[in-house]
Amino acid sequence: MTTADERFHRMKDLPSTHLLGTGTPMCAGCGGLEALHEAYDILGPKTVFVNAAGCMTLLSVYPLTPFRGSWLYTAMAAAPAGAQGIRDALDILLASKRMSAEDDLQVVVLTGDGAAYGMGLSATSGAIERDLDFIYLCYDNEGYGNTGQQYSSATPHAARTATSRGPAGYPGRKKDLFDIWVAHKPAYAATVVGAEPLDLARKLEQARSTKGPRLILALAPCPTGWDYEPRLSVEIGKLAVKTGIWPLKEYVDGQVVHTKAPHPRLPVEEYLSLQGRYAHLFHPRRNDQLIAEIQAEVDRYWADVEGS
Amino acid sequence: MTDNLQRTLLTGNAAAAWGARLAGVDYIPAFPITPQTEIIETLARWIDAGELQARLVTLESEHAMITAAGGAAATGVRVFSATSSQGLLYAMEMLYTVAGWRVPLVLVNVSRGLAAPITLEPDHNDVLAARDSGFLQIHCATCQEVLDSTLIAFRLAEDPRVRLPVIVNLDGFYLSFTREPVQIPDASRCRDYVGEFDNATIAFRASAPESQAVAVLGGSPYSYFRYELHLAAMNALAAYEEAASRYEQLCGRMHANVEAYQCDDAEIVFVMMGSFATKAKEAVDRLRDAGRRVGLLRPRLLRPFPLTTMRAHLAGKKAVAVIDQNLSMGLGGVLHTELAAALYGQPDQPKVVASFIAGLGGRDIRAEEFYEIAATVDRAGDRGETPGPQLLYTADELRELRKLQALARAERRQLSAATAPKPAAE
Repeated sequence: MTTADERFHRMKDLPSTHLLGTGTPMCAGCGGLEALHEAYDILGPKTVFVNAAGCMTLLSVYPLTPFRGSWLYTAMAAAPAGAQGIRDALDILLASKRMSAEDDLQVVVLTGDGAAYGMGLSATSGAIERDLDFIYLCYDNEGYGNTGQQYSSATPHAARTATSRGPAGYPGRKKDLFDIWVAHKPAYAATVVGAEPLDLARKLEQARSTKGPRLILALAPCPTGWDYEPRLSVEIGKLAVKTGIWPLKEYVDGQVVHTKAPHPRLPVEEYLSLQGRYAHLFHPRRNDQLIAEIQAEVDRYWADVEGS
Repeated sequence: MTDNLQRTLLTGNAAAAWGARLAGVDYIPAFPITPQTEIIETLARWIDAGELQARLVTLESEHAMITAAGGAAATGVRVFSATSSQGLLYAMEMLYTVAGWRVPLVLVNVSRGLAAPITLEPDHNDVLAARDSGFLQIHCATCQEVLDSTLIAFRLAEDPRVRLPVIVNLDGFYLSFTREPVQIPDASRCRDYVGEFDNATIAFRASAPESQAVAVLGGSPYSYFRYELHLAAMNALAAYEEAASRYEQLCGRMHANVEAYQCDDAEIVFVMMGSFATKAKEAVDRLRDAGRRVGLLRPRLLRPFPLTTMRAHLAGKKAVAVIDQNLSMGLGGVLHTELAAALYGQPDQPKVVASFIAGLGGRDIRAEEFYEIAATVDRAGDRGETPGPQLLYTADELRELRKLQALARAERRQLSAATAPKPAAE
């Protein structure tokens, strides 16, 4: 779509005023907060954030909030249903002329991966199927971060978490939330990362100007949960893209398009070796087999993309 | 004033739907569950026929349904929903949550026993599980009461002193699927009665940003908001009286917070909730015919608990038999416990407040059982000693159940004989 492309060509096209307040209790270097900052600058204050239980529930603690717009905390499994009630009520008020069009709001679910990939999936699927006009913004730090990074169904293969401390880390594989959304044929779906703000801005602009169910799935590098220095968050976010581990893509008009295919791809170990959650792959002995397995999975993904 | 005495045969479910229709609801988040489904089907039919200007959305669960209900009410529209049993329990997290949002919506619960074992017929363990949620509760005994209570519930929920969600309870099958003559009040007068929906300070608007249901840190702000919830529920006692009186002016039917039947001169009083209390009423009449001074007290309002009214009616009674259609495992009847706490230490408190468990999963309570209960508490009153909880079950029932058990054992024996390894051939 042209509108988003026209608005954001270069970094200097990004909004220079920042809407989200500071002083929140998020951890230093929070990749989720980085993505939210960038997203909020595009979405603007005519929004109501419908929150599912997670780290960002602590953004709005009585009597303070960093948001200039509205907020409703729901519960872990139910945020899309809260969005449904709000959107339906706004539509009823608009149709019956009890509210002016200027008072209308963009309804945005704000959820972590714990809710999005697991407990909240049924409510999300229902909302997409009902063609709910909402944005679903997921900050994905690949584990139940707010409770101390236990593995969730967003945790990648081999990552160490508070509940997968064995020599091979987490034995499962990360669920593909983007593909689950795409299978529902939503109005829009995109993956983003705060470390690529131009790509993120284009996608948020695209989402903002589209109606229907829209996914923004943000990889959220997490110093606390992934065990690295907060100053590395941006670098790790960029490496997630450059190694091909986090493909930046969007689903629009029935097609999945990769918006920033890395050429050439860096080896995955450049991403893995910076994070304590993968330290067992390198110390005390290098686990070549497991590193190769992770590399092969990434290579397979991109071979499919480039072959199709 | 009763300008229209014409009555229509309606099921309890249809009466609930009529209540919502006459209240002019804007939004109906829905999810089907037996025995409630007829309510949402009826409302959906009216919407499709253009007879009701409302939006009905079927969610993917009751948990989502109550969340959507709360979200819509928090945005500023009038909301109605309905569920039953397992659905109410599935929604339980959100019942507590949306009550804390202080959103005035009305939820009809069609009572049905809880699994396991799974059943379809009624008792009150489902709705009593929501007892401490912050939802107010009105319990109905007739289909007319269901319609009237739904309208009263909207006025109560939206009262500025209250601003809490309300559950209107009716018993599955006994009311939900039973047709009774119901007077449907005039629509425009009902609209006057409930008034335009006033969202008070609760809304989401671009021009007036609002943060709702935010987290608190520490026990002090938490306690403050929880106390506010309780005090609002207590305010509902006076608000209910007003709402019920205004309703009486509207259509001539007074639904007091407690129905007292033949209580004034009674020595022995049955206390029961819901439609099974009509069986107790019949038993009271028969016992009165036999010269026994027996009465019935039926709390319609369970939350807030009509403490003063209950105490006043029971002062000086010889014996009270609380017949609970619910069971709190390891203690006994819930209403009994609440009533005993309410009466304890009062001057002129009844000598005996005894507990009986009956009507679980729709089990009938026969007239003879009421007579037996009356005789039991009468004797206990003479002794001045309250007996322990009694679980009603007849010898006939036990015999029938033993037959089922014998059948189950025989089937199992037959199956294991058929699947036992055969001795090798040759």
